[in-house]
Amino acid sequence: MQAPPPSRARRRGIGWAQRLEIAALSGPAILVFLSFVIFPVLMAAYYGFYRWKGFGVPTNFVGLDNYKTILQDSAFLAALWHNGLIVVLSLVIQGPIAIGLALLLNQRVRGQSIIRVLIFVPFVIAEVIAGTGWSLMLQANGAVNGILRSIGLGGLAEDWLANPKLALWSLMAILTWKYIGFAVILFLAGMQNIPEELSEAAAVDGASYWQTQRRITLPLLAPTIRIWAFLSIIGALQLFDLVYIIWGQYVASTAGTSTMATYMVTEGRNAGNYGYGNAVAVVLFVISLIIALLYQRFVLRRDTDGALTGGR
Amino acid sequence: MARRTSARRRPRRNGWGNPIVYLAALLLVGLMLGPVIYIILGGFRTNSQITVDPAGLPHPWEFGNYADVLTSDTFWRQVTNSTIAALATTIGVVVLGVMASYVLARYKFRGRGAMYALFAAGLMFPITVAITPLYILVKNLGLVDTLPGVILPQIAFGLPTTIIILVPFLQAIPKEIEEAAAIDRCSRLGFFWRMALPLSVPGLITTGILAFIGSWNSYLLPLFILNNQDTFTLPLGVQSFASQYSVDTAKVLAFTSLSMIPALVFFSLFQRRIVGGLTGAVKG
Repeated sequence: MQAPPPSRARRRGIGWAQRLEIAALSGPAILVFLSFVIFPVLMAAYYGFYRWKGFGVPTNFVGLDNYKTILQDSAFLAALWHNGLIVVLSLVIQGPIAIGLALLLNQRVRGQSIIRVLIFVPFVIAEVIAGTGWSLMLQANGAVNGILRSIGLGGLAEDWLANPKLALWSLMAILTWKYIGFAVILFLAGMQNIPEELSEAAAVDGASYWQTQRRITLPLLAPTIRIWAFLSIIGALQLFDLVYIIWGQYVASTAGTSTMATYMVTEGRNAGNYGYGNAVAVVLFVISLIIALLYQRFVLRRDTDGALTGGR
Repeated sequence: MARRTSARRRPRRNGWGNPIVYLAALLLVGLMLGPVIYIILGGFRTNSQITVDPAGLPHPWEFGNYADVLTSDTFWRQVTNSTIAALATTIGVVVLGVMASYVLARYKFRGRGAMYALFAAGLMFPITVAITPLYILVKNLGLVDTLPGVILPQIAFGLPTTIIILVPFLQAIPKEIEEAAAIDRCSRLGFFWRMALPLSVPGLITTGILAFIGSWNSYLLPLFILNNQDTFTLPLGVQSFASQYSVDTAKVLAFTSLSMIPALVFFSLFQRRIVGGLTGAVKG
């Protein structure tokens, strides 16, 4: 105890030393973050007001013209529609299946940890690999049709990727395969945080398995489901990699699987309309932001204390 | 966050449970792994085998495809590029992230709330939105076709998640420990180095793994920044290989399976952390 306690002044106000520490510790992160996240996002908004081919400083200011064009562009509206469908279908397809699987695996299962690892594998595999593999399997002379023919269901064989009536459903199947493991793991974690005493008490009171699940597990899982739905919605709105990798060759717009993000990249980077592409990016951002904020405000309020909007 | 591991439910009796559960689990695992197995086995077949029977097993087993990929310079160059990019991104995200999180968690100053909100808001900014300006920025910095051109934005976009995960870890260290350290003449920086860092190691590992896998799999950013084949990372390599050898399906499958192995190995080593990190991160 030879050292004196820190002086009062130092504890109360912020000394120079402390300011220096704050700057030195957080400075690099702030600098990198402002330069490579905030600045580009702001620049996207700025470029969106110009007709610009991506060379030099944009000069052809067109105000909101790009946005008017976007709202009248049938290709964009189709992409927006696809995004909407993907959002809804992801929730409706993946949610119940994942909850069912989680309930199933939440029972007494030997080797549960191995099962969990294995169903998580698709989620960890790169989109490029998943996309390459699936496009080989789903093409007209691919493995899926091969299996159908070999079990005598050759009549069901289809061009799963190029047929506009089927392409979106093929995409949904791939998305379900890729992301359902994440949902199952999330729900399992949620279920395993529910105190076992509750189900035991219910069992003592004579509740059946289904009653227990419906009255105890599902309601207590609701926060996890709400968070999963949030992540799923945002992910579906910003979907790019899988569609671009699989349908790039078929042109996603004619196959009926284009998304706002693939539309943005084909318009902006591939067609060279950078100003317009950035305006599309801004629209995508604003739509995601509005949905996120509404969701936060009305659905997640109870769960997160505003972790995403910067509370606490 | 620490609760989730301890709260794992354990079966009380040693029975095996319902056989239907195993059947369903087996089916599920089969569906999940089917495509992966197809990709791996496909690499052991010849193109004629694939054409004649697209869903069959290798007969006879053909090792040439894998041998060709494993002896190609292109593949190893892409492995190297991916490794460098992922390691540098991981180190950058974790180091910058933990420093900023320490400030956010343990210093009281004006603007702290705003700083936290700024990073948290970053969760809402997908790289998709910023990609064109990012490309232009990277071009102006002269970093197009270089790995730092990919690494720097990846660090920046990885910071929000990292900070959201690490701040609670650092906040959880009791004030008393810090005061005791101060009495022992340990400066705040000394405390950061000697106490805060070791105590937040689990968080550092989780965020590091997330950053590594995110970088290893990332596609959009490298697609914009890297145009020169020499700087391609594996995802770009797989895609260019697939379009270049589009008739040679077996070789594409071999290339694809080999590029999947590192992520799978890494994942199986750290799966507990990854799963825990994801669920923990989401629940806050």
